[in-house]
Amino acid sequence: MRFMLLFSRQGKLRLQKWYTATAERDKKKMVRELMQVVLARKPKMCSFLEWRDLKIVYKRYASLYFCCAVEEQDNELITLEVIHRFVELLDKYFGSVCELDIIFNFEKAYFILDEFLMGGEIQDTSKKGVLKAIEQADLLQEEDESPRSVLEEMGLA
Amino acid sequence: MPAPIRLRELIRTIRTARTQAEEREMIQKECAAIRSSFREEDNTYRCRNVAKLLYMHMLGYPAHFGQLECLKLIASQKFTDKRIGYLGAMLLLDERQDVHLLMTNCIKNDLNHSTQYVQGLALCTLGCMGSSEMCRDLAGEVEKLLKTSNSYLRKKAALCAVHVIRKVPELMEMFLPATKNLLSEKNHGVLHTSVVLLTEMCERSPDMLTHFRKLVPQLVRILKNLIMSGYSPEHDVSGISDPFLQVRILRLLRILGKSDDDSSEAMNDILAQVATNTETSKNVGNAILYETVLTIMDIKSESGLRVLAINILGRFLLNNDKNIRYVALTSLLKTVQTDHNAVQRHRSTIVDCLKDLDVSIKRRAMELSFALVNGNNIRGMMKELLYFLDSCDPEFKADCASGVFLAAEKYAPSKRWHIDTIMRVLTTAGSYVRDDSVPNLIQLITNSVEMHAYTVQRLYKALLDDISQQPLVQVASWCIGEYGDLLVSGQCEEEEPIQVTEDEVLDVLEGLLVSNLSTPVTRGYALTAIMKLSTRFSSVNRIKKVVSIYGSSIDVELQQRAVEYNALFKKYDHMRPALLERMPIMEKTATNGPTEIVQTNGETESSALDSKHPPSITQPPNQANDLLDLLGGNDVVPVIQTTLPTKPASAGGELLDLLGDLSLSGGPTPAPAPSVPISQPPFLLDGLSSQPLFNDTAAGIPPMTAYNKNGLKIEFTFERSNPNPNISVITIHASNSTEADMTDFVFQAAVPKTFQLQLLSPSSNIVPALNQGNVTQVIRVLNPQKQQLRMRIKLTYTYKGAPVQDLAEVNNFPPQSWQ
Repeated sequence: MRFMLLFSRQGKLRLQKWYTATAERDKKKMVRELMQVVLARKPKMCSFLEWRDLKIVYKRYASLYFCCAVEEQDNELITLEVIHRFVELLDKYFGSVCELDIIFNFEKAYFILDEFLMGGEIQDTSKKGVLKAIEQADLLQEEDESPRSVLEEMGLA
Repeated sequence: MPAPIRLRELIRTIRTARTQAEEREMIQKECAAIRSSFREEDNTYRCRNVAKLLYMHMLGYPAHFGQLECLKLIASQKFTDKRIGYLGAMLLLDERQDVHLLMTNCIKNDLNHSTQYVQGLALCTLGCMGSSEMCRDLAGEVEKLLKTSNSYLRKKAALCAVHVIRKVPELMEMFLPATKNLLSEKNHGVLHTSVVLLTEMCERSPDMLTHFRKLVPQLVRILKNLIMSGYSPEHDVSGISDPFLQVRILRLLRILGKSDDDSSEAMNDILAQVATNTETSKNVGNAILYETVLTIMDIKSESGLRVLAINILGRFLLNNDKNIRYVALTSLLKTVQTDHNAVQRHRSTIVDCLKDLDVSIKRRAMELSFALVNGNNIRGMMKELLYFLDSCDPEFKADCASGVFLAAEKYAPSKRWHIDTIMRVLTTAGSYVRDDSVPNLIQLITNSVEMHAYTVQRLYKALLDDISQQPLVQVASWCIGEYGDLLVSGQCEEEEPIQVTEDEVLDVLEGLLVSNLSTPVTRGYALTAIMKLSTRFSSVNRIKKVVSIYGSSIDVELQQRAVEYNALFKKYDHMRPALLERMPIMEKTATNGPTEIVQTNGETESSALDSKHPPSITQPPNQANDLLDLLGGNDVVPVIQTTLPTKPASAGGELLDLLGDLSLSGGPTPAPAPSVPISQPPFLLDGLSSQPLFNDTAAGIPPMTAYNKNGLKIEFTFERSNPNPNISVITIHASNSTEADMTDFVFQAAVPKTFQLQLLSPSSNIVPALNQGNVTQVIRVLNPQKQQLRMRIKLTYTYKGAPVQDLAEVNNFPPQSWQ
């Protein structure tokens, strides 16, 4: 996989993960172009399209488009399953995930994605495994944050 | 200083902005606050600030000033900091950034951290965006982790290794020992990532591929267990056990089995098993079947298995899910060449897909349909394809039209059918056909002698209906110009002849000249057609009048033609009949694919041959590339395998050529060679020797010695091309004064960018000893800018068993050879 994008029907980017080094300017251009192409697709059309030299696999879940760019030799059908697995992970983590969850907790969405995929490939095919790792990492994070006093909170101590 | 606002608070605030400007203002304010907070080196809130920065970055705002802060977060001891820091690094610090390498040390430390989740963060970051330098520095750590018994880390290390190998392929070897027992793992995560790692290594190195072939039985076993084992809740997807791993294993098997009989045989059974036992009701099952089919088609599978695979694809074509149909069409397109008959069986389903609503499916179906056309099904298929052409989107029409022409040319059951098909395309998609179809069609029509009357009649009728489609109009005007006499005499056998008078025909042609719909090219066709009719019709005066009017046309092309035609009437009237008589049948060129013909001054040039053309007998391209490497290539142009100007694009152009020659000698030139298509090299050589195209060498360009060293002497003799003064023809004469033969003699040449070079094949590869014979070779040089000719030559030959190679510059060309 070269990259994954999540964006809304209004063309707002919610998540972008690039697995190849690309210039910032090029990234913006590609995102803009691709969003245009995908948003123009009608509902009955198939989930695959050719764009530049890549294959695009996309699926819409409620108000969010999940869009992956894969290479010539990659299996499009299994990519759909990868997307679905990611959505399931988000769903389990947030409890009936919706776009707002991803907007307000984008960093957590990234954490989950980075636990699920690395370099575009699946790290763990077990849903439970990925979720457990996230859970443990979250625990570590909580242990980190020592309780603050009110004064500290106001910046007065 | 008040605490910086929390991330969620910021997000909420920004979302209340009603306009872009309002949002920008909020962002700028917050950025300023964050910047000053960074300046204060505040450890407590750095994490929060960077998180906010990342949010703003996602909205499209610049965030580069946070790069160093990410580094500081990564270096922190707190897990929260590291988590955000690494995320920030992955988003902001790719290898193009200057500070990227500063991460290396932190990552190194974290790879050895006591907490596996920290190690995981480091591996993930390195594995997603590590630069080559970082990978080089840290490969050792990754390799160590690849051998750990901690499966959480092992699986991540495997994927990290994949990234390292992609960035620095030379490091692949060092991971080899660690792969030894990767596949004995029980953990599916490790298995999956290990298979990915093995796949990467096998794809990159044939040695690795050979080495890992021995894993085939183990892979087959793992796959078998996945299929046969009962329900495993942890890895189940719609009743299938770990489809991701299955697909990955199938892909690795594909690579291992390709071109290897033993491996292919070892996997035959399992492939058949997967193909027959996998549930097809959901996408996930079909994903596995798809991968299985790809594997079966790529390895050396037995024919029964291949048929099974194609049948699976055939079933896919009938699936309700359009994704599956799309995937089937793509796969069938890949296999249609090798398993043509098997795919033919599904032809009707494929043709049905032409009517699908989805653009991608339609395009695939169209490509596949063209691939399936053959002599037996041409009539039926063409009907469907023409119907498709009628109703498809404009983006398809050009390709479809070209495809139809090609197929018609290859398999036309009769000339009448061929012409009818062309007519149909021209009338329904006339404005979309490629420019080169016009000359192709004209040639076709010329050669179908018995159909001339029918063709011109049909074209005439089409013109009466519609003059907006330029290719149709051009072909029609050309035909009317040629065969107008057949039209008015009502000689058509194929269908009811129409009654049309000379004046009516001239009305139509004149109508084209004045119509706003006609392009300048079309007008040229029309004028020439009218002129030709002067020898076929009796209303010569009318034609004379038209021609003289256009002598003052604003369009320079039309003006030139009209003036010359006028001259024909006035001064050369005795030659007019001969000049304007029927075109001879044109040589059919090898049409293996649409060649791009560019019109330049009435002459046409074929651009670089596409790969389907028969290999020319000039120097093979890889040798030309070597030459470039040596010369460091920038100002030097490789040997181009171009052909000479081929058949004329328009009758008008051809006529002008003849008139051009006339002005020199006052009489018709002998065998006008430029108008005869010369695309096959043998014909080209014939042309050189028999046609009086070139001046004699006696006409005065002195020969020169280009090279004389170690007994090998190369002389150049020159000729100038008569019709094209930009072409020089150089013949090299290589002679050998030593006592031993020079074998495997190869002569290569390169010229500066403004020139074009064509090297024909040598008379022989052996330069015999003691000047007993010469090796000759012809070089054609095109020098449109009349620049001073320079050349670099490379000579390779074997002398007394040892290879010899030499380079030389040739600068002393006589001025007459290029001026």
